[in-house]
Amino acid sequence: MTFRLDQLPKKKYVLPGNAACAGCGMMIGLRVLGMALGEEVVLIVPASCSSVVQGLAPKSSIAMPVLNVPFASAAAVATGISEAFKALGVRGHAVVWAGDGSTVDIGFAAVSGAAERNSDVIYVMYDNEAYMNTGIQRSGSTPKYAWTSTTPVGKREQKKDVALMLAVQGAPYVATANIAYPQDFYRKLKRAAEIPGFKFIHLYAPCPPGWRFDPAKTVEVARLAVETGVWILWEYDRGAFRLNPPSTIYRDRAKRRPLADYIKIQGRFAHLSDEEVRFIEEEVEAKWQRIAKFLE
Amino acid sequence: MKTLATRKIALTGNYAVAHAVKMAKPHVIAAYPITPQTSIVEKLSEFVERGELKSSFVNVESEFSAMSVVYGAAMAGARAFTATSSHGLLYMYEVVWWTALSRAPVVMAVVTRTIGPPWNIHVEHNDILTLRDTGWLVAMAGDVQEAFDLTLQAFKIAEFAVLPMAVGLDGFILSHSTEPIELTPQEVVDEFLPPRRFDVPVAFRPGVPVTFGNLPSDNRIHARHKAALYNAHQDAKELIRRVDEEYGKLTGRSYGGLVEWYKCEDAKYVVVCTGAWCSDGKAAVDRLRARGMPVGLARLRFLRPFPAEWLRRLDLYDVVIVYDRDITPAGGVLGLEVKSVLSRAKVINIIAGIAGVDFDVSGFYETVQNAIGGKYGEVEFVI
Amino acid sequence: MLPLASPALASAGVTGTWRIYKPVVELEKCVDCGVCWQFCPDSVIEWERGRKIQIDYTYCKGCGICAEVCPVKVIKMVPENNT
Repeated sequence: MTFRLDQLPKKKYVLPGNAACAGCGMMIGLRVLGMALGEEVVLIVPASCSSVVQGLAPKSSIAMPVLNVPFASAAAVATGISEAFKALGVRGHAVVWAGDGSTVDIGFAAVSGAAERNSDVIYVMYDNEAYMNTGIQRSGSTPKYAWTSTTPVGKREQKKDVALMLAVQGAPYVATANIAYPQDFYRKLKRAAEIPGFKFIHLYAPCPPGWRFDPAKTVEVARLAVETGVWILWEYDRGAFRLNPPSTIYRDRAKRRPLADYIKIQGRFAHLSDEEVRFIEEEVEAKWQRIAKFLE
Repeated sequence: MKTLATRKIALTGNYAVAHAVKMAKPHVIAAYPITPQTSIVEKLSEFVERGELKSSFVNVESEFSAMSVVYGAAMAGARAFTATSSHGLLYMYEVVWWTALSRAPVVMAVVTRTIGPPWNIHVEHNDILTLRDTGWLVAMAGDVQEAFDLTLQAFKIAEFAVLPMAVGLDGFILSHSTEPIELTPQEVVDEFLPPRRFDVPVAFRPGVPVTFGNLPSDNRIHARHKAALYNAHQDAKELIRRVDEEYGKLTGRSYGGLVEWYKCEDAKYVVVCTGAWCSDGKAAVDRLRARGMPVGLARLRFLRPFPAEWLRRLDLYDVVIVYDRDITPAGGVLGLEVKSVLSRAKVINIIAGIAGVDFDVSGFYETVQNAIGGKYGEVEFVI
Repeated sequence: MLPLASPALASAGVTGTWRIYKPVVELEKCVDCGVCWQFCPDSVIEWERGRKIQIDYTYCKGCGICAEVCPVKVIKMVPENNT
């Protein structure tokens, strides 16, 4: 698939003057979604930063149809919309645009149910690794050691790997993506739109106020996550599991940048000792080893 | 009246509801099992598998998702149905409210059941009464035939009022009791029930960028939207009457208004109740009248819209005895609501039959006499 | 019947007032690649190849992502009170 910036739609699917924080990573992803599928989708948005960034009615900052829904309901509401469209002969995709809290915590039963019954839904979970909308509380997707307002000395538990769980469940299409790699995310959205059944994209989306870094660094933080190996770009496409560039080269640990490059620019990790950073580095390697088993 | 042949068939309350739903041809049905509702969705899944009903039948992982699926389907323009009981209704409660304030015309059967703990599958009305503040229209069937007829009417009422509607039927007493009923012929149903308008309350389609549910720029937008539910319920009263009248012309069966009056014309004392046990109440009224006591009965067919105009008539009687098959720490729900519109009549609230405790004709017969005889306080428990 | 919302500018107001630093582009050195347009979270950069970029300062929040991602470093973040 060709991806020339100058051939992408110029229509603004995310409008200026919205309520997102300066430097919001999620909004970069939402713009890519608009460019890829803007005219073919209805968005289902559970309680999240995405409900707030729309701004104040009767205005909305999103130039796509948006149905705001209760926190835990998005995957099921999307199922209903998708079934209704099929019954009524409407072309288009029910797309969930949900944060990590609604996906891996409160709404996980609905996500898992939609995956199991293979509902025809594209589910995008933008992962800013905490409950940002309510003020940076720990979620099941917060990484170990990260400071949040409810883990003042750092989270003690592992991040839930929801994408891997859903791939193991056998959903037709599961992928990870990262807002620093819009081309990869765009292609994955287009691919998801071609496949019937349940599609899940786990989008890494840094949050400057929540992660305590300069809003100018959103894309850099996201890119460092891939280059240090913390975030792995992969896709599971109807039974075939593969790495996607540039993560392919980072399977080789020696090619990865030192983890400290990623850790040191985020205030949420400021309390970590060098020893703890080395410990996380081992955990990152362990994650790669897990992924490697799927690649075999 | 049509001369089309009607079929008389013996059905349980649950199967009667399932047949009515089948004839209404919903696009989407979402189902999660809970006793005593389950046989409704089991029967519907059979209809779908046999090709007799072309619905999308979605098996979900919780009642919360069942309501979410039918909510989404209704917002996308589909006719949608689900059914639940007791804890299932409580589990879906957040989306129940969201559905009403989205004006999504979902239809749901609520097969009433006790709320625990302890676990108890028998009848009680507390579950369906949790809908009273939500914006849903709420009806209670008196018998299996009415459960069938109300379910068909519910689709039309919901879609024209642009409000979700619940049809209640007493767990086991109606849901699992077989009665001979008349099934409305499909041609008649098709004439009665027009296709769902996909663009009411909103045409939610790809390429049409409307947003619903983001924060209001002025809280008065939200406040007016909520207040509109009150007006919609007031308007629904006339709609319900018209729909029932039209249904009566087509089928020969109509039920009148929101309240059914039984032998109230010359009564001095009136029993007020809702649901299946009203039949026991009527039998008790007959027995009391045989002994010369001027007793009547008001059966609440609809709990929402709140039948205030009907209930105010109760002030004409000396003693109003309200039977609640539900309990709140402030008394019975119907007792509280009836009292709220009366100023003259003496109201005695009898809370009976909760947690599935048997309460039959003799129960009414004795307690009515006790109430009239001044043996009861304002709120009386009969357990 | 439902209080709906429609796509509009300024759904959260004139967000240019949030800005502390302002992105200033040296257009003569701009290579017209579109990368800043791609990554601007707020859609405040207009871009058509051949016409170079234009920033909508009414709504630009001044996050500085454009300056960071510019491959030729021709966008400078300048304190607002100095411009």
